[in-house]
Amino acid sequence: MKQLLSPGGGTQPTKFTLCLMFAAVLLLPFATDALLGRGWVRIMDFAMLYIMLALGLNIVVGYAGLLDLGYIAFFAVGAYCYALTGSPHLALAFPLLFPDGLHLSFWLVVPLAALLAGGFGVLLGAPTLRLRGDYLAIVTLGFGEIIRIFMNNLNAPINLTNGPQGISRIDPISMAGVSLNATQEIFGIVLPSVHLYFYLFLGFAALVVFVSQRLEKSRIGRAWMAIREDEIAASSMGINTRNLKLLAFAMGAMFGGVSGTLFAGFQGFVSPESFSLMESIMVLCMVVLGGMGNIYGVILGGLLLALLPEVLRHSVVPLQQALFGKTLIDPESLRMLLFGTALIVVMLYRPAGIWPSRVRRRELETDEAAEIV
Amino acid sequence: MEIFLQQIINGLVQGSVYALVALGYTMVYGILGLINFAHGEVVMVGAMLALSALTALIGWDVSPLLALPLSLILAMAGCMALGYGIERVAYRPLRHAPRLAPLITAIGVSIVLQNLAMMIWGREYHAFPQLINNQPHHIGGAIINDIQIIIVIMAVMIMTGLMLVVHRTRLGRAMRAVAENQHAAQLMGVDINRVISITFMLGSALAAIAGLMVSANYGLAHYYMGFMLGLKAFTAAVLGGIGNLRGAMLGGLLLGLIESLGAGYIGDLTGGFLGSQYQDVFAFFVLIAVLVFRPSGLLGERLAERA
Amino acid sequence: MSFRSALSLSLAVLALALSACGKSSSDEAAASGDRVVRIGAAAPLTGPQAHLGKDNENGTRMAIDEANAKGIVIGGRKIHFELISEDDQADPKTATIVAQKLVDNEVSGVIGHLNSGTTIPAAKIYSDNGIAQISPSATAVSYTQQGFKTAFRVMANDAQQGRALGEYAVKNLGAKKIAIIDDRTAYGQGLADEFIKAAEAAGAQIVAHEYTSDKSVDFTAVLTAVKGKQPELLFYGGMDAQGGPMARQIKALALKVKFMMGDGGYTPEFVKLAGDAAQGAYASLPGVPLDKMPGGKEFSERFVAKYQPIQLYAPYCYDAVNVMIAAMQKADSVEPAKYLPALANISHEGITARIQFDGNGDLKGGAVTLYQVKQGKWQALETVGAAQ
Repeated sequence: MKQLLSPGGGTQPTKFTLCLMFAAVLLLPFATDALLGRGWVRIMDFAMLYIMLALGLNIVVGYAGLLDLGYIAFFAVGAYCYALTGSPHLALAFPLLFPDGLHLSFWLVVPLAALLAGGFGVLLGAPTLRLRGDYLAIVTLGFGEIIRIFMNNLNAPINLTNGPQGISRIDPISMAGVSLNATQEIFGIVLPSVHLYFYLFLGFAALVVFVSQRLEKSRIGRAWMAIREDEIAASSMGINTRNLKLLAFAMGAMFGGVSGTLFAGFQGFVSPESFSLMESIMVLCMVVLGGMGNIYGVILGGLLLALLPEVLRHSVVPLQQALFGKTLIDPESLRMLLFGTALIVVMLYRPAGIWPSRVRRRELETDEAAEIV
Repeated sequence: MEIFLQQIINGLVQGSVYALVALGYTMVYGILGLINFAHGEVVMVGAMLALSALTALIGWDVSPLLALPLSLILAMAGCMALGYGIERVAYRPLRHAPRLAPLITAIGVSIVLQNLAMMIWGREYHAFPQLINNQPHHIGGAIINDIQIIIVIMAVMIMTGLMLVVHRTRLGRAMRAVAENQHAAQLMGVDINRVISITFMLGSALAAIAGLMVSANYGLAHYYMGFMLGLKAFTAAVLGGIGNLRGAMLGGLLLGLIESLGAGYIGDLTGGFLGSQYQDVFAFFVLIAVLVFRPSGLLGERLAERA
Repeated sequence: MSFRSALSLSLAVLALALSACGKSSSDEAAASGDRVVRIGAAAPLTGPQAHLGKDNENGTRMAIDEANAKGIVIGGRKIHFELISEDDQADPKTATIVAQKLVDNEVSGVIGHLNSGTTIPAAKIYSDNGIAQISPSATAVSYTQQGFKTAFRVMANDAQQGRALGEYAVKNLGAKKIAIIDDRTAYGQGLADEFIKAAEAAGAQIVAHEYTSDKSVDFTAVLTAVKGKQPELLFYGGMDAQGGPMARQIKALALKVKFMMGDGGYTPEFVKLAGDAAQGAYASLPGVPLDKMPGGKEFSERFVAKYQPIQLYAPYCYDAVNVMIAAMQKADSVEPAKYLPALANISHEGITARIQFDGNGDLKGGAVTLYQVKQGKWQALETVGAAQ
């Protein structure tokens, strides 16, 4: 345990602690259900989705050092990918081709969505790679908005996305013929739908963590970090910075796209309002606060920020009711205020996040040291 | 024809507003090489302060002709203090940090200001009192009113004033020196912290003017009004060549024209395939196109490769 | 230090969470032998629409308090209704969480949600768990077309309201050439599309269809484009916050049109934001004006005395609760599975309309009342499409 708890980023937990953690996580939905109710299991499902998103963005921002303010667009691409292919909606756009809509299996759509989102990542990356960090941020922000605006408006002349009305009646995800949308019983254990989704999301999150870890240690990962720390030095070492940056965009986008399909299957309904700029900023906050470049830090950040609004909702209002007899500050604005303040404070005093990656911290510290000299 | 003329006027008025805000972006960028993401929110705070001051002054039976300049001065003072504070708290400690850092704090500042404004002034749209008799004028069938004329004239005047400050005064020379090379400027005895603070305060004062103009023109103020305006103005600054004062003016006017003509005619041009629902997309496309094909903007030097 | 502080922070957060959501079990009534029946309510109680959400909650609460005072007996036992109100923040994700929580709390029925965007995903969860849902204010047509037996609404949907508005514009106001602007939200677009269908069917020509967003302040470009097409009437599908400034800019551009909106415009806020440009604007509100319905005037007096002036949908919430209770009484059961068939076939005299549902769970008939601003105030013109 001690090793696990040490603050450095690159530590490897032992096998035993891993097993222990695994068992604890498996029991988590049951414990939550018993203690807090099923609604909180659903909140944890969303937290898992956010963790996946944050890990995807971590590749772009944390590893490659490219600030992406439109990341939610890839999430949207993935979500709409499954919404279109897994619902009766296409019947409206192409009644002759798909009289009942195209009901593709979720497992077929996942790789498709990953590819499509990755393609969008390259599409965004290709023209913007020459840009410096702050320009890139604004352009990605614009890109995110463009995607949202198109999804909001592509109901005419061909009704592709159903516009602001969103797409409903999306097929639930099923595994080996078992629908995750209904309570299932396996070996006498009753598993409600939200638990099933939790395990599915957990599996995907674990996969994302695994891929991230492998990437971080690989040639590619080290090249990304080299680019992040000094692009000119990296390219003079023979690193193809253009291709590697594109790859970072594509990989990050793919993770976003996959989480999008999960979201669509879980909710059964998608509409453009779920993919606003604020969501992009929220995911960015998770990465920045948790610790750019460190997987555990990002997971922690994702978990904290995904649970925070719920916690605030259940503490701020009753607290104010008790103190003042009415709600003066509503939890939503308090949450945003906390996010904003946290971004500033973290950048000023702990630029590598609450659980920093070792490399990242060294980089940020030496930067400061160099200035003092 | 009169419709076309009207769209040109719409574009010029909207463009002047963008230009006013873009000047603030461009000044800070020219000197620090930093995108002051929170500038749009400063515009919003300016509008809100002016509105509160106006409402209070009129409540005390001050004549509108006196109340208007008084509240503008109050709003400018408030914004200058805010601009100074933002720079002091969020940017100065990070002047030598990696590029990402000040940008992230800027986003943080923007979120904080927006939500503080929401807590103070509420979420509702505030109607801006109609003080001066906003007389419409007819030009060849198109209509422009007094406030709109004032906006266009103010934008030109302020840009000219700023150019004079930058090129003809001691302060301006110091600003240009800091922009060129901070260390060298410091060695020459320029107090760079002072120059940067003044730049931020100047930009924020302009933001207050822009805020008042916008809310007087549309008759409302709202905690969210600064965000989109800030983005568009930033686009305008980039289009004209960020860091260049004349460029900000040109970029603002151009963007305003692109938006109004685009929204007005795209439906007819594409046979109804595209329409005014893509009005907000134009700015972003312009932004991406400029950054990709001519990162220095229309009038700028090649700044993108500096630093 | 670094990690420990992070750990203690997260522990503190968790502890807060745990302490905050200990289940509130103030069932004094249960002790006295009454059967407690929980009714859920969901609306945005925080955020930009908090004032509307609170209004909904108050309308629901008032109906429940009155039912408790009456002492309703169902299945041989006196029933004590308990309200469980949840905040969905007008966010589709939060809405499903809230829906799950209500299901956890074993509610017998739900009054909600307020927006279409939250009502539609939540409906799936209620349907999966067989719980009756009556939305007081979601108007998107697709809400009741998901094939759920549990989904109802007590308000005219976009199609019904859009039709009433479109027909009124053509037949009563004599508009032949009509321009449309919508704000590209689910509400604005849905209503505008239905308006267009009805207006075209009634013989009018749509000369322009322009768009804006629910965050815009400048409409001059689209209004100028509209001006070029010389319409007689301009319909805006959207809310008061844009409609007010739009009315101002219509006046400033000397655009000579009749200006019309849906229920999003029927607010004092519109009149405030539009200033003197509000004069003569039209808007609609589903249902019959309260003072013309039996019991309506008394309701609004009681409501104002107890809470605050009615914002928009409180009467519909009040009706939704009462129609649910009426179905329970008719079926003599509080089990959703038993009273759902009764709810589908109910005929209830509400304060907004006589409530009967069609096969989808939509309001049969769906009366809509038109209003116009006269001397700075909304005044009722006439009611169309009433199910009398």
